[in-house]
Amino acid sequence: MTSEFILLASGPDAVQNLSIFDPASPPAESIRALSLLVAAISAFIFIIVEGVLFYSVARFRGRGGPQASEPPQVYGSKAIEIAWTAAPALIVFILVLVVTRTLWAVNRPNPQPKAGDQALYVTVIGHQWWWEYVYETYDGRKLGVVTANEMHVPASTGGVSRPVYLTLKSADVCHSFWVPRLGGKTDLIPGHPNEMWFQTDKPGLYLGQCAEYCGTQHANMLLRVIVDEPADFERWLENESKPAVVPADDDGPESAGQATFFTQSCVNCHRIRGMSANGKFGPDLTHLMARRTLASGMVASNRDHLRQWLVDPQSVKPGCLMPAFGLQPREIDRIVDYLLTLN
Amino acid sequence: MASIELDTPEVGQAAARSSAAPSLLYDLVTTVDHKKIGLMYIAMALVFLVIGGCEALLMRWQLLFPRYDFIGPDAFNQLFTMHGTTMVFFMGMPTLIGIGNFMVPLAIGARDMAFPRLNAFGFWVSLLGGLLVYFSYATGGAPAIGWFAYAPLTERTFARSAATDFWALGLTVSGTGTLAGAVNFIATILGMRAPGMTLRKVPFFAWTMLWTSVLILFAIPPLTAALVMLLFDRNLGAHFFDTQNGGSALLWQHMFWFFGHPEVYILILPAFGMVSEVIPVFSRKVLFGYEFMAAATAAIAFISLGVWAHHMFAVGMSRTADLFFVVSSLLVSIPTGIKFFNWLATMYGGRISFASPMLFAFGFLSMFLIGGLTGIMLAAAPFDFQLTDSYFVIGHFHWVLIGGTLFGTFAGLYYWYPKVTGRMLSERLGRWHFWLLYVGFFLTFGPMHVSGFLGMPRRIYTYDVDRGWDFWNQLTTVGALLQAPSYAIFIYNVVVSLWKGRPAGNDPWDAWTLEWTTTSPPPSYNFEQIPVVHSRRPLWDIKHPDDPDWKYE
Repeated sequence: MTSEFILLASGPDAVQNLSIFDPASPPAESIRALSLLVAAISAFIFIIVEGVLFYSVARFRGRGGPQASEPPQVYGSKAIEIAWTAAPALIVFILVLVVTRTLWAVNRPNPQPKAGDQALYVTVIGHQWWWEYVYETYDGRKLGVVTANEMHVPASTGGVSRPVYLTLKSADVCHSFWVPRLGGKTDLIPGHPNEMWFQTDKPGLYLGQCAEYCGTQHANMLLRVIVDEPADFERWLENESKPAVVPADDDGPESAGQATFFTQSCVNCHRIRGMSANGKFGPDLTHLMARRTLASGMVASNRDHLRQWLVDPQSVKPGCLMPAFGLQPREIDRIVDYLLTLN
Repeated sequence: MASIELDTPEVGQAAARSSAAPSLLYDLVTTVDHKKIGLMYIAMALVFLVIGGCEALLMRWQLLFPRYDFIGPDAFNQLFTMHGTTMVFFMGMPTLIGIGNFMVPLAIGARDMAFPRLNAFGFWVSLLGGLLVYFSYATGGAPAIGWFAYAPLTERTFARSAATDFWALGLTVSGTGTLAGAVNFIATILGMRAPGMTLRKVPFFAWTMLWTSVLILFAIPPLTAALVMLLFDRNLGAHFFDTQNGGSALLWQHMFWFFGHPEVYILILPAFGMVSEVIPVFSRKVLFGYEFMAAATAAIAFISLGVWAHHMFAVGMSRTADLFFVVSSLLVSIPTGIKFFNWLATMYGGRISFASPMLFAFGFLSMFLIGGLTGIMLAAAPFDFQLTDSYFVIGHFHWVLIGGTLFGTFAGLYYWYPKVTGRMLSERLGRWHFWLLYVGFFLTFGPMHVSGFLGMPRRIYTYDVDRGWDFWNQLTTVGALLQAPSYAIFIYNVVVSLWKGRPAGNDPWDAWTLEWTTTSPPPSYNFEQIPVVHSRRPLWDIKHPDDPDWKYE
């Protein structure tokens, strides 16, 4: 059903990297450092305890045969008990110190935006089963950009830190924002805004997905964070700040599609900035084609997939909240023509 | 060695065989005998084990290939909800309460539980709860909310069918049964011990059942309250968890985990108790450091009431709150470590025989340690930000619940089966069971840790080709397929040995606690004469009159 589209979206055989052990952002790096220490301590305990266990099994198994008399009964030893209470207690003490340091480094509250801070502030709103991004400020400048599913952020290249501060909210149920290479999870909880941050000097695509079960299509609430060179990011931001393009040719199929779009119920859920479409339940479509994927990262954004999505969204993403509207094929073709202009 | 045939061995068996089928059914629904109720708990648990296991296999088959179309999202989400709910409430707890029901009165030298009719009530209500939860399928599908049912996904806005109501109602009802069981255990263990058996001399399994019951008493009521609030929300227009009308999503999480974390210890403490009975007998040594083991059990029970929010590190609590739960969670590792070292010290210097109970106790020791260590990783809050809600967590808690609870429980079942039935289980099938389960378990849950490291979240019905998770998921599925026959072998062994098993006699393992003084199976009154005990190992005293235990305790 959907597998062919997925292949198209991700390119043949390109295995993506989502490993928590390949961090590209300070919170993820601090966590890896902590995890290696904890793993080393665990390995140490593991070797000692399993070692004693296997030694005892090998050494004392069936000793003396079944007829042998009972071995000496040892009821306990206070000194030994104190020793093996103290040793784990010491390890716990060390772990608490290290955890505290990492916790304070990773989980710091977001600062207030100010002019010249080179920082990007985005409000992330979780919806069943897609992500809404409201770009608040960048470098102290107020922005009015709203987009969905694919988050563009600037890279901290050229020795300049460009941290990304997220405010996390939910429009419906609990979700969780998780891009493993950028940081740990932070939940999006209705009525309880959360914060998190990351920054990276490595441009590229970072994948993740919702990590808190949120209903039918939890599995396909995919996350794409695109880290751009600062100049590219500025260009992207400038394009996203503009209202939607209006089809140039008044008699072309795009204009006809636009007219169909605005007379159908599309506008109840979707927004196209600069137009009368002001719906808030679905993703903002102002610059739909500036995004590479549809259905929160499930399939590549192109004519075929747009068409299939409009014919029957349930065949692409079963259970998603967009219904099939039963439009005429001609109407669908025109709407797709129009949507393809939204760049 | 002194012979201790205190009763004629065949009397009980003959009595059990003579009942005809219709009167057997009548007997089962009206009985207040702790042994029959215990067996009914275990039978119930086995049925739900098969159901929950099939649910797991269906999920594993769906995850065999990326973007596989075996079952859709709705069915998958229902399956993991029912699998978790079933295994925790209708398999795990009934097994342990069932074994406790059968063995605790025998082990402490009592003729029944303190409140026999409450005992029967507890069982039937637990069963009714399980049936109610499964009745949700009659509404067109089971609830798809996950076993911890996070609000507001459970509100009527998001979960429209009555399935969620059946789920909440079923858990409320079965929780009542569990509470009845806990009250009964506490009264029995505190009030009905044989003369001479002070609290410092109770068999270790009874001691752990006592603390598990205390935890049930603290943990189940908050869950029941939360479930009733949820039912009010869904059916009477309340707004406790309805975030769109000022309710709180976090309130549910706190209430659920205030139950949910002690629940883990409710499920593990009796397993601790069972291996603490098995390891000494099969190492031919007294349990090392009984007092410290006993204190560690109580310490675990206390600390476990203060660790619940380590399931919620990612919800955005303050760093101070995070730190509190880091410290409390790590503290649990100290008494757990004490237990572990004492088990090892019991084996050390012994004469270890690997009959099937000890084989499973060995499985418990070698695997539970790993589950404990991955638990330390999860308790380190920042590490948990990455690990929580990933497949690593699934690997971790199955390692604890199968590597710990299940292996420990199998040790107990193989140990006490001869007492319960008068027949020995087949050792050969026991070995097949153990090794298939051991290898299959390793292969199922080991790779889950890796898929978690590679960014795979839990509760997803499918995943993209390009994620690189397919190999690890395929290993997991193969492991699950390897585990499945091990359970079939066990059930076959349990059933067939009822007729074909070698007669066990009163005391096949040359053991030391009171249950082994009576016949196998025990008569309905358990003991002809209530025994008088002087030490933790009354049978050791009888078998070694020249060197009795009470001289050293």
